[in-house]
Amino acid sequence: MADKILKKIYVKVWRQNNPSEKGRFETYEVENVSQGSSFLEMIDILNDQLIREGKDPIAFDHDCREGICGMCSMYINGHAHGPDSEITTCQLHMRRFEDGETITVEPWRAGAFPVIKDLIVDRTAFDKIQQAGGYVSVNTGGVPDGNTIPISQVDAEEAIDAAACIGCGACVATCKNSSAMLFVAAKVSQFAKLPQGKVEAKRRAKAMVAKMDELGFGGCTNTGACELACPKNISISHIARLNREYLKAKFSD
Amino acid sequence: MSNIDSKIPEGPLAEKWSRHKAAIRVVSPANKRKLDIIVVGTGLAGASAAASLGELGYNVKAFCYQDSPRRAHSIAAQGGINAAKNYQNDNDSVYRLFYDTIKGGDYRAREANTYRLAEVSPNIIDQCVAQGVPFAREYGGTLANRSFGGVLVSRTFYARGQTGQQLLLGAYSALNRQIDAGSVEMYARHEMLDVVLVDGKARGIIVRDLTNGEIKRFGAHAVVMATGGYGNVFFLSTNAMGSNGSAAWQAYKKGAYFSNPCYVQIHPTCIPVHGSQQSKLTLMSESLRNDGRVWVPKKKEDAERLRKGEISAVDIKDEDRDFYLERRYPSYGNLVPRDVASRAAKERCDAGFGVNAEGKAVFLDFKYAIERLGRETIEKRYGNLFQMYEKITDVDPYTHPMQIYPAIHYAMGGTWVDYNLMTSIPGLYAIGEANFSDHGANRLGASALMQGLADGYFILPYTIGDYLAGEIMVPKIDTNTPEFDEAEKNVTGRLEKLYNIKGDQPVDYFHKKLGHIMWEYVGMSRNEEGLKKAIEEIAELKKEFWSNVRVPGEMNNINPELEKAGRLADFLDIGDLMARDALTRNESCGGHFREESVTEDGEAKRNDEIGCYASAWEFQGEDKEPVMHREELVFENVKLTQRSYK
Repeated sequence: MADKILKKIYVKVWRQNNPSEKGRFETYEVENVSQGSSFLEMIDILNDQLIREGKDPIAFDHDCREGICGMCSMYINGHAHGPDSEITTCQLHMRRFEDGETITVEPWRAGAFPVIKDLIVDRTAFDKIQQAGGYVSVNTGGVPDGNTIPISQVDAEEAIDAAACIGCGACVATCKNSSAMLFVAAKVSQFAKLPQGKVEAKRRAKAMVAKMDELGFGGCTNTGACELACPKNISISHIARLNREYLKAKFSD
Repeated sequence: MSNIDSKIPEGPLAEKWSRHKAAIRVVSPANKRKLDIIVVGTGLAGASAAASLGELGYNVKAFCYQDSPRRAHSIAAQGGINAAKNYQNDNDSVYRLFYDTIKGGDYRAREANTYRLAEVSPNIIDQCVAQGVPFAREYGGTLANRSFGGVLVSRTFYARGQTGQQLLLGAYSALNRQIDAGSVEMYARHEMLDVVLVDGKARGIIVRDLTNGEIKRFGAHAVVMATGGYGNVFFLSTNAMGSNGSAAWQAYKKGAYFSNPCYVQIHPTCIPVHGSQQSKLTLMSESLRNDGRVWVPKKKEDAERLRKGEISAVDIKDEDRDFYLERRYPSYGNLVPRDVASRAAKERCDAGFGVNAEGKAVFLDFKYAIERLGRETIEKRYGNLFQMYEKITDVDPYTHPMQIYPAIHYAMGGTWVDYNLMTSIPGLYAIGEANFSDHGANRLGASALMQGLADGYFILPYTIGDYLAGEIMVPKIDTNTPEFDEAEKNVTGRLEKLYNIKGDQPVDYFHKKLGHIMWEYVGMSRNEEGLKKAIEEIAELKKEFWSNVRVPGEMNNINPELEKAGRLADFLDIGDLMARDALTRNESCGGHFREESVTEDGEAKRNDEIGCYASAWEFQGEDKEPVMHREELVFENVKLTQRSYK
């Protein structure tokens, strides 16, 4: 199937040279974009044009361009990762847009994710939350045979539903409180469904929640916007499980 | 004469590793804390190594160019990881995994390393399970397995189509634990730009902080490169956009041999290129070939009508479909190894049976599996892959067959290492995809993840101790020395040079041109004339690049174009070496089809008389011809046969 060509589109994009500078929107015209191109390929075309015009290209995070590394992070027409559900920006294709359309592009908006430049934000807060306890404390070597830890297929499937989180931050960016609950819940929930790491479950839940609060993420009010924005369809039922794990830990103090 | 010492231990194959471990030195806990190790790259190999070394008590500094170690491209591996567990009671064993890997690599890998890889593979699964990696399970709670290309047993462990993601997150969590414990310092958004040698030993690196352009120095008693492969030399590949060969290239320029650069895996099941605006290729997991049948039309006129869009695949009757893999390779059928499947697809397309507008695609059809197993089963097995396919192509693979075509996927070549995974520079190690030793001329499915984790968890932590035991009297490395001054000066000078060219063309313009040269002449099919042409054209392109590239932005800010420019400068050199290496290899092996070396029935013809070696290239200086050393590959345990999957 031959793809249609979008003769002209307008890209209204957030430009901010560094964390301390005040940002602003700039609008650029892009011509002849194939609808078969991905959204990021469209930005490549725009950047090629900007470089040739002697302007500074738009800085944006991206890497695998197949929807799994979690690096790409932008708001498109008011939606994290664009208007489609269950995909990342790199999987969004230009067939979702019309000729002549103005597309508004912004970085993730959250206090805990400061802008570094243009569309690039600093998400190291996510790493810090994981470092606070998002692991099973087991050293390399000296572990039992894998089959001595049987796990029901249902539990394994639920664990992987949670483990599918790619840490992109769309949940935080979409939440009106910039809460990291869905992200934290995904990790806590993965381990809650598995026998491994059970002995440290209480410490894990408390430490990760405390770190999340300390880093400036907001509280969860169960609005559910995070789930809608999540490219991996992580369910807010994991937040319920996190709450149970957290309360269990608190009550046993 | 060759001055290659691979340090393969004496003794029977099955005992080499245990004997070696018993013989090599161990560093005492009190001394480990005095020793610094740098790990560059935090994918499966780097993260597992950094975490394991941190647990042992060394001071580790880990670096990656991404914003977090969790983004390393290992995360994109879909299908699975092999291990010789024989959980299926189908007669699998360490020897069989070793044999399949050696044979799959077309007898161009090192026997001892490959055996060790198979030997430690069961421990990897146990380690990952203990970390909470959610592998697929049977109803009884035991681990599930599936089969993969090139193999007749089911030894592949998997986590839906996200095995790489789950394994990487396991290694990342082990790494995080060490970061929290203070034994690993993590430097994300830092790119290594040079390795620093003091008295001939690797003693540190120069990095650029990608957020502000600051050039920094780090010293250590040993440096480990876990920087992945150089497949992006082709511009269009399945690699992440940032994957690069720069660290390996800088090490090469400092004296580390570069081995088998011409070996790059061609993966048969990628979504085909379409149009001219594409930036990368997306792989469809090889596991799809368990249930998908590969075909093209039998009649050329059907293929022509498909290309014009007059009919679609579903209009072609079963009897008019050519299931060419099943026809040519009845015992393996659709599960032939990647090189065989790739060549067969190219052969059919070159013969005029390609099915997309460009004529460069074949079908991968799930109709038959859906009829046999029901849509629900297929959805459960491959749902996320089908969704991904539909998003990219706008075609529903449940009702219409997928279109696939071969693409560049994985670098089997890389920095030369000995049995200890040390390069030809003392104290400099290369692990995972960054080294060359375990895969030969081709790589079977589900073996890359295995190698990354084997090296990082179970091999390097032992072998690096042997070297470091001799370094315990060396004090902390001082980075205020002439060696570090000079390396930093070179790095800064090169960045300024790139920045000051201020030419007319963006970096990608040159990268695309290089990609065309590479795919045309150094891709799946090569001949002497083409390779010579490639060397000339790359030289011209290199000249044009260094006089006409335009790098915008600022040096002291986040500047992706400057990063790309530096990496492309290295890719131009790597492409040149790949062509030279391919030129010296006058035989077909693995995915590397040398048109001058073909069997009567059109299969790749290996020539063990002339080709049973690993090349090891030595840098002689800019614009000087590099020198090739040969490591003769000795096979004492397997008989070299022409591979047959019939």
